[in-house]
Amino acid sequence: MEPEQPSPDTEQESLHEEAHLPPPTLWPIGFAIGIVVVLVGLIIDPLLISSIGAVIAIVFGFLWARDATAELRSEPAAVEPERRDLTRADEGQTVPPPVEPTTVTRSVFLEGTTLGLGAAIGMVITVPVAGFALLPSFLGQDQHKVDLGPVSAFPLGQWYVATFIVNPSEGEVSKRAAFIRNNGTVADPKTKQPVPSFSIISNRCTHLGCPTQANGPSGQKFTGKPTIREHTVNGPVELLPVIPAGYGCPCHGSQFDTEGNRTAGPAVRALDRYGFEIDHGRLILLSTYSVSHVVGTGGQAQIYKYKQASPGNHVDGPEQWLYPIQPPHN
Amino acid sequence: MATTYRRKPTKAELRRQQMEQVVMYPLDWLEERSGLVGGVRYFLFRNVPSDINWMQTLGSAALTAFLVQAITGVILAMYYVPSAATDPATGRPVAWESIVNITDNLTLGWLVRGMHRWGASVFIILMFLHMGRVFLFGAYKYPRELNWIVGVLILVMGMMEGFTGYLLPWDQTAYWATVVGINLNGTAPFLGPWLAQFLRGGQEISGATLTRFYSLHMLVIPGAIIGLIVLHLYLVIRLGVTSPPWSKEAAGLEPEEEESPQLRPGLTRPVPRPAGASPMQAEPGGRE
Repeated sequence: MEPEQPSPDTEQESLHEEAHLPPPTLWPIGFAIGIVVVLVGLIIDPLLISSIGAVIAIVFGFLWARDATAELRSEPAAVEPERRDLTRADEGQTVPPPVEPTTVTRSVFLEGTTLGLGAAIGMVITVPVAGFALLPSFLGQDQHKVDLGPVSAFPLGQWYVATFIVNPSEGEVSKRAAFIRNNGTVADPKTKQPVPSFSIISNRCTHLGCPTQANGPSGQKFTGKPTIREHTVNGPVELLPVIPAGYGCPCHGSQFDTEGNRTAGPAVRALDRYGFEIDHGRLILLSTYSVSHVVGTGGQAQIYKYKQASPGNHVDGPEQWLYPIQPPHN
Repeated sequence: MATTYRRKPTKAELRRQQMEQVVMYPLDWLEERSGLVGGVRYFLFRNVPSDINWMQTLGSAALTAFLVQAITGVILAMYYVPSAATDPATGRPVAWESIVNITDNLTLGWLVRGMHRWGASVFIILMFLHMGRVFLFGAYKYPRELNWIVGVLILVMGMMEGFTGYLLPWDQTAYWATVVGINLNGTAPFLGPWLAQFLRGGQEISGATLTRFYSLHMLVIPGAIIGLIVLHLYLVIRLGVTSPPWSKEAAGLEPEEEESPQLRPGLTRPVPRPAGASPMQAEPGGRE
C-alpha cells in the first residue's frame, strides 16, 4: 500500500469542482445594503425608508439570483462560445454545427402555460383563504368600554381590586382585574382646570401575562371599607378594598410597587394601565396602554406611556428594537 | 393447468388446494390491477441487518402511540364541542361541559379520554427515546441526515399538538397555561407579537382562540404529522435499517453493486448500504 500517492479520482474531482466556482460578483453587497436599510428603516421610518430598502434588496437579490443561476438556466455565458465547425474524425470533412431551435417549441410552450395557469389558479385560491385565516385577528378589533359604576364609590386614596367583564358577549373568558385608586383632582396641564385623576393599573403581569396579586390585606376587616358589588351594563363588577405594599405575580415571581414599577423578577417593564373617562359621574375604563416606568405617585405621577405592547416586550431601551411594529390594538 | 400427480390427491390435499385458491384469487386480482400486494410485501418484508436490537422498535412504538392518539381523537371529536359560550342552564362554558359529559356520562368515555390524555405524553416520551436511540447508534449520519431533520419536524409538530390540545378542556389550567404559552411566542423578536395575536385570534384569548386551536389540533397539525411520517418511513425503506454500532457485519456496498454501481440520475456516487439492509434483496445463494 502506498498511501502518499494521490488517487486519480480525487484529482479529477478537485479539477471538476474548480471549474464550477462562480465568478466574483458585487450583487450580494448591494443586497446586503438593502437589508441594512430595511432594518434601519424599521427603527426610523418603517413606511418610507424600509420600502426603499426593500426595493434595493429585491432588485439586487434578483440580479444576484439571475447571475448565480445563469449556468443552470443555460443562458449564454458572458464569453461568446466558440463556433468552429466540427471535424469528423473518420472522414476529415467539416460539418455545420447543429442548429438550435430559436423559437419556443410546442411542448415547451404547453409546459409553460400549464405551470403558469396552475400557479395562477393556486394563487386565486390561496390568497383569499390565507387572508381569511390571518386578517380577522388583526382587523376590526373593537374597543370595549367598561362601566365601573359611580365615581362616588371610590374614596380618596383608597386602592380597590376591581373585577369586571370586558365583553359581556364573550362571558367569563373576558374577565379582567385592575387596581384602582382615586387620586382626587389635579390641574390639567393645558387648561389649568381641575380634572379627576385615577390610577388604574392592569393586573396582567408584563412578563408573560399571569394575574398579579396585591401584596397586602384586603376586605372590610383591615381597610374599614366595604366590598362593593354592583351590576352595570358590563355585568357584575366587584370592588374589593385593599392596602397593597405592591403587586406580585404568582407564576414567575415578578414584583411591582404600588405605581406598577417593576422592582424584581423577569418582567420587562411597569404594569400596563387603563385609560379612563368620567361619563355622567360614572367611571368608564377605556383601552390599555403600556408604561415603561412611573416617576412620582398619585395625581402628580409622571407616567411614561407607550402604545400597548405584548407582555415580555420592552417598550424602551435598545431591546425595543426587537419589537419595531406592534399589531394594531384598541 | 395440467398438473400431473403420481397418485390421486387425497381429500386433505384437495381441500388445501381449494383453500389456497380462495385466498389467492382475490389477492392475485388485486395485485394484477394495482401492484398493491407487492407494495405491501416490499414495505413489510424487507431484509434488515441480522444483529438489530430491540431499541430499534422505539420508532414503531412512537408510530403506534400516534395511531392511538389519532383514533381516540376522532372518537373524542364526535362528542367534544369547541364553544366558549355559556350554557344558560348551568352557567358553565359549553366546551368544559362537553368534556365533563365525555368523562362522566358516556360509556367508556373516561377510558377514551384518558387514553388520549396520557397517550399524548407517551407519544412525546417515545419520540424522545427514539431520538436518543438514533443519536447513540449514529443512525443520523450520511445518508440519513434528512430523515433526522424530518424526525425533528415531527417532534416539533407533536409538541404543537400538546400546546393546542391543552386549551381544549377550557378550564383555569388550560386558560392560564395558554396565556403564558402564547405570550412566550409573543416575545420572539420582530414577528412575535403578530404570531401571538394570530394564535389568539385577536387582542385577547376568547372563543375565537378555542375554535382555532381546535382546528389546528385536529386538522392542520395531524395532517402535517401524517405527511411527515410517510416521508420518514419512505426514507427508512429507501435507505435501510442501520446496524448497531457494535455490529461485526461489514457495512458498505453489496458485492453486486460494487461491480456495476447503478447510479440514479443526480447522484455522483453510489449510496452505501449496511450489509443485508437493501430492501427485497434475494438470498445470496439464489443469485447465481
